[in-house]
Amino acid sequence: MNNRLHILLVLPGVLLVVALLVAPLYFVFLDTIPDLEHPFSLYEAFLEKGFHQKIIIRTIRVALITTMICVILAYPCAFFIARYARRFKAVLIVIAVFPLLLSPVVRSFAWMAILGKNGFVNDLLLFFRIIQEPVQMLYTEGAVIVGLTYLFLPLMILPLVGVIENIEEDLLDSAKSLGAKDIIVFFQIILPLSASGLLVGCILVFTGSLTAYTTPRLLGGDQAMTLSTLIYQNAMTLFEWDAASVIAIIMITLTILVMKIIGSLATRMNPDV
Amino acid sequence: MKRSGLVLIVSILLVYIFLIGPLVIIGFSGFNESEFLDFPPKVYSFRWFFRIFESDMFVSAFQTSLLISVLGATGALLVGLPAAYSLSRTRAKWRRSVLSLFMSPVIVPGVVLGFALLKHVVIALDIEVWTGMVMGHMLIMLPYVIRVIVSSLSNVPIEIEEAAVSLGCSNTHAFLIVVLPNIRSGILAACLLAFITSLNDVPVTIFLTGPGVTTLPIQMLSYVEYYFDPTVSALSVLLMLLTVAIMIVIESTMGLSFFTKK
Repeated sequence: MNNRLHILLVLPGVLLVVALLVAPLYFVFLDTIPDLEHPFSLYEAFLEKGFHQKIIIRTIRVALITTMICVILAYPCAFFIARYARRFKAVLIVIAVFPLLLSPVVRSFAWMAILGKNGFVNDLLLFFRIIQEPVQMLYTEGAVIVGLTYLFLPLMILPLVGVIENIEEDLLDSAKSLGAKDIIVFFQIILPLSASGLLVGCILVFTGSLTAYTTPRLLGGDQAMTLSTLIYQNAMTLFEWDAASVIAIIMITLTILVMKIIGSLATRMNPDV
Repeated sequence: MKRSGLVLIVSILLVYIFLIGPLVIIGFSGFNESEFLDFPPKVYSFRWFFRIFESDMFVSAFQTSLLISVLGATGALLVGLPAAYSLSRTRAKWRRSVLSLFMSPVIVPGVVLGFALLKHVVIALDIEVWTGMVMGHMLIMLPYVIRVIVSSLSNVPIEIEEAAVSLGCSNTHAFLIVVLPNIRSGILAACLLAFITSLNDVPVTIFLTGPGVTTLPIQMLSYVEYYFDPTVSALSVLLMLLTVAIMIVIESTMGLSFFTKK
């Protein structure tokens, strides 16, 4: 088949994405620079407010902490699933995939019930007399981090399983027979060889946490706002569309920046990625 | 080694309790007789399940969700299938950039996508709420449709198609009778994945809802912000059952290993 026919076949899809995504985003970008003499005036006005600075920093901090927790929790899990689980492997993967396909509203709601004033955690702490009165856990940054970790942990486990499966058993055995300790085996062999999966996982979790909407809205509320709840508030309740456009561009820039940074880190860990 | 093995197993157990625990708690609270989400429930009943169907709010939202995702998936399939075919067969230079263009709806933050669509498509062109919603969902489903069908097509060797053509089939005919039957399960999996993406979407949809047009997750979101009773727990149980059903079909069509290979 010739090239012209191939172009004809992708054309409707390309036009759709250009009309519904590329063009609208370009116009949003143009909205943020209404005056070419002072191209950054809207950004300056937005960033001047301490409230906004706080939210930007919180969003990045929350995403960073969530990603780190996910890496720490996912590595042993993925290693076990990929190497030792055998007949439980399928079950363990199914359990990891299941929450991914479930509505984020359901998954955040579950944590509202667990962390609430009369929730499971407070009941437990009261029962063991660790606390005397229910503690406020909902609508805090911590609640958002827990909710996001819950939301995105499978996205770290699954790509890691994929790459750890492909590490040759002989490689680990020979390292050990030459006297390498477990920790050396991990840092010298497993980590570099699973860098590609780690990269995918980190990008998915970090950008996901940076831009998640449902979880910060339900678990963070107005007290622990992030950029995505801020853009919604500005666009739909305050009708501050200039501010919303600025947030949109900041969010896209952050997302691309994160992908570039994590990508270059992974290349440094293993140049073959 | 023995001790580190034990540490490994305990840590995996804890991670899996973390993954399943919340869903178990929600599941139980859906069968709670009382109005609170206490765990474990003292008396069990189905009253909250009946509540879902008694009020029109969730039923009509689910119908809206269903209609939007069916229309959106049809649209995404109509433009996605030819595109996926061409992407899997061409070696042209533009292949990579077109592929990443098609994946961009996943990369652009949902709230940004929703806001841009609302401001510069729905409001700028004065489009009806319904149409805007279907367009938005078509856009977020397209990447899944294309990715799954491209990977499904890569398992169909180009030779069998060439054989059909050399025996006198036209290109279109060869596609319909040789290629299409071979990617049937891929198309089914693509549709299911697209369906679940659309059914669960909040960030894009929340900008596009309008009077009388609300999807199920948006309805649930606003409900739990005002009422804190087991209705949504019961609804969650139903959604979990739906998810299990969809997972079984995905497993039987393309295998869940799809999720470990990105």
